[in-house]
Amino acid sequence: MSQLDDLYRRVIMDHYKNPRNRGTMDDESVTVNLNNPTCGDRISLQLHIEDGVVQNARFTGEGCSISMSSASMMTDAVKGKSTEEALALAGKFSSLMKGEQVEFDEYEDIDALSGVGKFPARIKCATLAWNALRKGVEHDGQGKVEENVEQ
Amino acid sequence: MDARALRSEFPILDQEINGHPLVYLDNAATSQKPRSVLDAMKRYYEFDNANVHRGVHTLGSRATDAYEGAREKVARFLNAASAREIIFNRGTTTGLNMVAGGYARQHLREGDEIVITQSEHHSNLIPWQQAAKATGATLKFIPLQEDGSLTLADVEATVTERTKIVSIAYVSNVMGTVHPVKEIAGIAHKRGAIMVVDGAQSSPHMKVDVRDLDVDFYAFSGHKMCGPTGIGALYGKEALLEKMEPIEFGGEMIDFVELYDSSWKEIPWKFEGGTPIIAGAVGLGAAIDFLESVGLDEIDRHGRELSRYAYGRLSEIEDIAIYGPSGNRSGLVTFNLGDVHPHDVATVLDTEGIAIRAGHHCCQPLMRWLKVSATARASFYLYNTEEDVDRLVDALVKTKEFFQL
Repeated sequence: MSQLDDLYRRVIMDHYKNPRNRGTMDDESVTVNLNNPTCGDRISLQLHIEDGVVQNARFTGEGCSISMSSASMMTDAVKGKSTEEALALAGKFSSLMKGEQVEFDEYEDIDALSGVGKFPARIKCATLAWNALRKGVEHDGQGKVEENVEQ
Repeated sequence: MDARALRSEFPILDQEINGHPLVYLDNAATSQKPRSVLDAMKRYYEFDNANVHRGVHTLGSRATDAYEGAREKVARFLNAASAREIIFNRGTTTGLNMVAGGYARQHLREGDEIVITQSEHHSNLIPWQQAAKATGATLKFIPLQEDGSLTLADVEATVTERTKIVSIAYVSNVMGTVHPVKEIAGIAHKRGAIMVVDGAQSSPHMKVDVRDLDVDFYAFSGHKMCGPTGIGALYGKEALLEKMEPIEFGGEMIDFVELYDSSWKEIPWKFEGGTPIIAGAVGLGAAIDFLESVGLDEIDRHGRELSRYAYGRLSEIEDIAIYGPSGNRSGLVTFNLGDVHPHDVATVLDTEGIAIRAGHHCCQPLMRWLKVSATARASFYLYNTEEDVDRLVDALVKTKEFFQL
């Protein structure tokens, strides 16, 4: 099952079983609810953005190990980053999913998701949280954003 | 019936996926195609292809004969009174939309009722939602038992004198439940309603006699029963088809065309606007020949036996949740493996060469009723064997170990 080990690395399973930043907060500046209608994965991402910096990020949701671990890593990675830096990370993550050689020096756990690129059907699982991040930055201060995504 | 021998008729099954011989258990989504169907379509394109109903030339006649011959075959397959009652279309979704858009919208009024169940596929739900919104009719749901089955007492209680349409899947694509369609049709008729049947999961597996069941409309898809994608048919009783309006307009379906008005051909052609799905119909005809040569009753028995075997073997796995009835189920088993998300299950199985479906199966309201966001589903067909089920079970045990459940 080496192919599987590549997909489900220990660090991914750790984020899946012990998600970081899971839950809700009261001082959010934007909440994004994203669904993936084709598979039923669901994420609700809260961001607290102040002075152009992601002060805090929390998420709740339902989905597979890939989507939930990706949300855990993403929220951890963007905390304390400026919105520009956060969006740059999102761009880098897209490159990773396309199989390009990129490394996340900022948050090395994310490198573990590189194996997902070899499972085309699962890429949308990994990108759900990052798409929520993009929407959140875009709609900061607008309260709740609800959307279905076909990625 | 020799499933192993039949398997060799399906070229696609003879391959390795991720280093393992393919075990295809996603038949409720679409079935594979036997050589005879592929050959029939190739032969049609290589020798007979032309447009139908208008060519004076020889190929035009051959294509028309092939297309109308396929219609006769479908009529016999369903035991319809005549081929005039068979409309070719893209499949079950289109068939149900034809009834909801061309019949329900014309004949329903405010206060009328449409009765369905919460376990319907989105294709047998959303067209009725739209028809209800457009006409002011009310959509009602027959309650489900814990195992997803229906009781006739509940049908009696839900279908009233105001009910104009009852629409139910013969076989649930998630629960595998075989609903008592004949009895439900009897209740619908007693109250003056018409009976519509979603036959997507029944036609591949069992002999369906629309006159014996006494249903008014019956929609099914070719691709789930060894035929090609893009072709299906809607059966409707002639008297009702005469009262149904086309939902597509244009070439092929017209009689006389004036600048400001036009008239339609007679049934069934008035429902087939545009160049029809000719090669698809030829493929569907070949699929019917294939299924009949194997025997629908044999196929039904095989599917139920495999389903029973799978239910038993899967039940041995600790922490597995199996949905749907333990008996009277068609050839599929839907389950969840502990806390492992069905997408993760499906990915692990894929690395073992096993294809299953994971997701909501186009049944979001049913998922909510089951209180799950998604499920995994193994669905069987005539080429699957107990060995396939054993490989599924072994791979699920490995999956459990992998995720350290």
